[in-house]
Amino acid sequence: MTIRIWEGKSAGAPGPCGAEPGFTRRGFLRGATGAVGGMAALAAALSPLRDLPDDAFPSLEEFLQKHYKEMTPAELADAMERVRAEVEGRYGVVPTVRDYPPIEGVRFAFALNLSRCIGCRKCVHACVEENNLSRSPEVQYIRVLEMPRGTMDLARGDHHYDRAEVPDGGHYYLPVQCHQCANPPCVKVCPVGATWQESDGIVVIDYDWCIGCRYCEAACPYWARRFNFAEPTIPDGGLNPDMGYLSNRPRRRGVVEKCHFCLHRTRRGEMPACLEVCPVGARKFGDVLDPQSEVSQILRTKRVLVLKEEVGTLPRFFYYFDERYPRDAGSPGPGEGGEAGP
Amino acid sequence: MRDYLTFLSRCVALSFVGGRVYYAWMFLLTVLALVGLNAYARQLAHGLAVTGMTDQVSWGLYIGNFIYLDGLAAAVVLLVIPAYIYRNRALRDVVIFGQLFAVAAVIMCMLFVAVDLGRPDRFLHLFARPNFPDSMLTWDVIALGGYLLLNIHLTGYLVFCQYRKREPDLRRFVIPFVLVVIVWAITIQAVAAFLLSGLGGRPFWNSAVVAPRFLASAFAAGPAFMILTLECIARGTGYRVPREGLMTLRGIMTVALALHMFLLGSELFTAFYTGSAHAGSARYLFLGLDGHTGLVPWIWTAIALNLCALGVLFTPASQNLAMLSGACVMLIVGVWIEKGMGLIVPAFVPTPLGEIVEYAPTLDEVLVTLGVWGLGLLLYTILVRVTVPVLTGRLTIDTPGRGARRAAGAPAPRRPGASQSAEEEIRP
Repeated sequence: MTIRIWEGKSAGAPGPCGAEPGFTRRGFLRGATGAVGGMAALAAALSPLRDLPDDAFPSLEEFLQKHYKEMTPAELADAMERVRAEVEGRYGVVPTVRDYPPIEGVRFAFALNLSRCIGCRKCVHACVEENNLSRSPEVQYIRVLEMPRGTMDLARGDHHYDRAEVPDGGHYYLPVQCHQCANPPCVKVCPVGATWQESDGIVVIDYDWCIGCRYCEAACPYWARRFNFAEPTIPDGGLNPDMGYLSNRPRRRGVVEKCHFCLHRTRRGEMPACLEVCPVGARKFGDVLDPQSEVSQILRTKRVLVLKEEVGTLPRFFYYFDERYPRDAGSPGPGEGGEAGP
Repeated sequence: MRDYLTFLSRCVALSFVGGRVYYAWMFLLTVLALVGLNAYARQLAHGLAVTGMTDQVSWGLYIGNFIYLDGLAAAVVLLVIPAYIYRNRALRDVVIFGQLFAVAAVIMCMLFVAVDLGRPDRFLHLFARPNFPDSMLTWDVIALGGYLLLNIHLTGYLVFCQYRKREPDLRRFVIPFVLVVIVWAITIQAVAAFLLSGLGGRPFWNSAVVAPRFLASAFAAGPAFMILTLECIARGTGYRVPREGLMTLRGIMTVALALHMFLLGSELFTAFYTGSAHAGSARYLFLGLDGHTGLVPWIWTAIALNLCALGVLFTPASQNLAMLSGACVMLIVGVWIEKGMGLIVPAFVPTPLGEIVEYAPTLDEVLVTLGVWGLGLLLYTILVRVTVPVLTGRLTIDTPGRGARRAAGAPAPRRPGASQSAEEEIRP
């Protein structure tokens, strides 16, 4: 068998192996030139790294930081101190960073009145400000769809409606944000467990653990998750210094984020920012385990629906219409709303 | 052990030696890899914003190539079934080259996942706190890692035995691993398919036929890739696999491609006959949706290529090596489009909320992709380069070689006559 091309002239004195060239000065020079040229090419290839921002590399502390659930209280305190210092260094504002654990015996739910919503998008912007979302590139947790009357087919909704005045008579408005599903596909698919559901039903993300694979984005049937493709920016004076560790502290590039029912507010008894700003009171929020809460009453008495019930995610974000059930229909639970009509 | 180190150093030395074509090819691949590295450095500096991906289409070219290579890596190894189980000797050498490619392909797969990460500095989290058994991506990490090790063991052992001129101990070190690798190869296919088909929110992927289609298309593209590789090896080194081996590959490829086309047809029928709203992605891919037709020319090109390849393969003309190679090229490109871009991107268009945002890779993204391919093929070329002389018996333990010291550039006598004594020193 002859070796035709690979072992051509350069193979020096062809031994039976024919493997290596004889060692000559020429060969050495050629090898040295090759090595130097290679290193130069490698350095040139890596030169764009000069554009890396100074603080792009994680500090040793951040690099070694454990997963949120595995930190001792002292470690968590250290981590929050680090976040505080980083925010101060970056934005020149001293924030309060706190950890808000879920309250025992509380299960949060959101209810949105489709009869009331006028599509003004005030909730979208209140959320951006409350949760320190990037203004450029624009990141928003809430997407409002303008839907033609007579359909629930999301494909027919307009995401980018731009009217001088809302609402438009021929349409209704459907705001969508994270549904905090009881059976969350995003949590299931995360390869590193960086996102999980807490006992009050809120699905949270450890921004310091996320590796940015975006599998959760692919898994979410409600398109609720956002990825920081570029470094998020917040203008001067735009930072909300009231921060929760698992909620609205500023995120960095390369991690996923999403609505968390404003847990730094709701877990201390306040209402979410999107609800407070709503001019028509279309948004209701509360504890479904408390029968007296407004959401409980809505789920009992109104015509309630969830989006994409068929994918089995069991959302905690409900939509409802103002019309009540007839008085004699009793009080159907949230899951059986459809059958309870006259 | 010492033998092994000598062997390794000889391999390293060997990979720097070759003729003009070899140097040109290696130079080209090195340039590709460096250009890719350059683009990746830009991506690191500016974030994934330099790619064409968005929140709407959050996976693109990288994951598409990952899925494609995953299939290729599995298929080339499944040729061990005829080689070892049915004792088809003609295929044994083919299998070694297949497994070598699997090594390179799995490494490319890992690189494609790595370049897709937003925080590659945190990749260790995959091992620190894996979400097992819930996340299919964790399964995939395990599957790919194990597959890499299995193939490194099998090829390394067989080639090293050949080098030492010993009969490999098939019963202890080969056959058990071959059995495992067969199951494992199907597993990496299935896991990659389940990674997509397990998502209820993406109707385009959420179909039971995705996994069988993966296998079928991989069994078509894998042998096609092997035929081309063997052809290149034959031209480059004169080392020819028996014709019978190639014809077996042709047979496997034909059946697999036919099956693949059938499965595609089933999927199309289901999507379009029912006219369900879930067909949005399929409509976007094949016909265009609301005037957005970005992928339409691609997918029809792919289908045309696959049909042409199938036509050629069905005729006796494909027994001619040139015709066969032509069919292989068409098939490889066809399946790449279909399984890469054609399977990943449409699942994101329209979004779950019905928004239509198209995706096109940016230049940097394409360069990174080419860079990963360049690096992978560079690795594969080196592996083949050192394996061929071993298989042909030109490089064995008895070959007077000028192993480690020379390769490392250690001082050596300059007079050609003196080199013999240096060899004696090193040879065990």
